[in-house]
Formats: sequence, structure tokens, C-alpha cells
Amino acid sequence: MNRFLLPLSIFVVVVGFLGIGLTLNPREIPSPLIGKAAPEFSQPQLYDQEKTLSPADLKGKVWLLNFWASWCSGCKTEHPVLMELAESGQVPIYGMDYKDQRDEALAWLQRWGNPYPVVGVDEAGRVGINYGVYGVPETYVIDKQGVIRYKQIGPLDPDTVAKKILPLVQQLESQ
Amino acid sequence: MIWLAFIMAFVSGPVWAGEAQPLGDDPAVEARLKHLAVELRCLVCQNQTLADSNAPLAEDLRREVREMIVKDMTDKEIIDFLVERYGDFVLYRPPLKATTTLLWVGPFVLLTVGATVLAITLRRRARRVVDAPVTDEEHRRVEQLLAEGGKRS
Repeated sequence: MNRFLLPLSIFVVVVGFLGIGLTLNPREIPSPLIGKAAPEFSQPQLYDQEKTLSPADLKGKVWLLNFWASWCSGCKTEHPVLMELAESGQVPIYGMDYKDQRDEALAWLQRWGNPYPVVGVDEAGRVGINYGVYGVPETYVIDKQGVIRYKQIGPLDPDTVAKKILPLVQQLESQ
Repeated sequence: MIWLAFIMAFVSGPVWAGEAQPLGDDPAVEARLKHLAVELRCLVCQNQTLADSNAPLAEDLRREVREMIVKDMTDKEIIDFLVERYGDFVLYRPPLKATTTLLWVGPFVLLTVGATVLAITLRRRARRVVDAPVTDEEHRRVEQLLAEGGKRS
């Protein structure tokens, strides 16, 4: 009996580790940008190409920056969540149209609705690189001082909004 | 593995170039890009290097790296630029830090543990072997059997 005890305990430990490994999502890479200033940019707006969108204009506000694209299926999944959040008026969501075609982006918003007060255009994906985006949709919570406080990789769901985003926004608003 | 990548990169130059398009005009820039890109991980297809990947993000990052090379930034500056944005995950060789100690030291710890267990086991086993005395009677019988065996074959 005793001679099986050691191999058995090693087996249990290994299974334990592998079990934990299965529940982790390898796509969720912790962002080194959390707690750092949101990278500056000045991108043309989607609707009014003469105007620009820049984080500097949003200092003093808590806001969300949502990278999306009309070609991205995850963005369609999260879209109703963004619409609902925008309608609640609790936090403004600024859009960044990532590596997209202008006409397709406009048609997409026309068809599904526009949750964004302003949409910037990142045609070459350079803003995305500065924010460490590696797959849309990604959403950043940025505080009044322009510091990134949270990064959501992949679509937002109602649960994440209720349990993470909104409490964080309220806390940041009260600061 | 890295050497293999190098050999593939240089020996099968034209084929490789066909995959990682579009190549710039300056061969020196491209050589440095290749040298850097095999050390960097593509974030979309996580088990490919930036050099191998055809994902749009990898193309964008290659473009970004190429521009930094043209700007005469050092390898360290370029790698720091990417690590600042994407974290240590972009590096194929993770740096030695508090959080990665286990990763670097772990195999050696396991090796030491294994060697110790092996040494102890072998020593114990050696102790268990006792010299069994052989009587004259047994000795004669063995010789007899061996002689018989010799005849049979």
C-alpha cells in the first residue's frame, strides 16, 4: 500500500495543476498598461472627418474606450451590452474603429445602432498597438486623470459590466 | 530551435520572404527585422513568432518594428517598446524576474530532486543485497549443471 502512496500523491498534484490549467484562458494576457497613462492619440472622427478624437479632450471624465470593427464578430456579440450601457448614461463609451473600412463601419452603426458619442478611426491599427490591442473587441476604463484602470479583453457581457465596470466607474467618479 | 529558424530564414530566403510580405527595400533593415522577429511572439497565434505569423496584427507589428529600425533605435529600445504595450508575453525568452523564477529554476530543481531520489534508492538497494553463502554441495551441483548444459548445446 505504502509504495503506491507516493506515485498516487504526485499524480493527484499533477492532475490538480492540469485541472487549473484547463480553466485558465491563454488569451487573457495581463496588460502592463493598467495603472499607466492612456497613450495619447489624435485620430480623425468617423462621422466628422475634419474633427479629431483625443484622450486629452476627455481629461476630467471617466470614460470607456472601446476598440471595435465592423468585421469583428465579437463586437456584434457585445453590441447590445454597449447599447444598454450607453442608454443608462452611467459612463460614456468612446469608440475606436480599428482597421476598418469607413463605409462598412458607418453601415454597421446604421444597422445595429450607435452607442458612442464619438468614434475615432484607427485605420492603420497604430493606436491599437499603442494600447496593446491584439484582438477586437477590447475595452479600457480610463479615469479622470487619464490613467487606464481596467482592460477587458474580448466582448463585454452584462455580468462583467454589472460586477466590474460599473462599480469601478462609480469609485473613479467619486474620486 | 532558434538556430533552426535562422537556418530556415537564410537558406530558404526567397520562400520565407514570400510568406512575410511585404519586405522593405533595405536588406540591412530586413536582416535586423528577421533577427528581432524570431525572438518575438505573435499575440494572435500564440505559438508562432512574429516572423512566422501571417496574422494582420503580426504584419502591423513587423511594420512598426521596421519603422523603429529605420529610426535607428537599438534592439533593446524596440523590445522595450513592445514589452511596455504587450507585456513580457511578447518575448519568447521570458526575463528572469520574481514571477518567473519558478519557470527558470524549476527544471533544475526537479533535476536535483530526481538525482537525489535516484542516488538514495540505488544506495538502499545496494545495502539490501546480502552475500549468500554457497555450500560445497551447491557448488558441485552448479558445476554439474553447467557441464550438462555444455553437452546439450
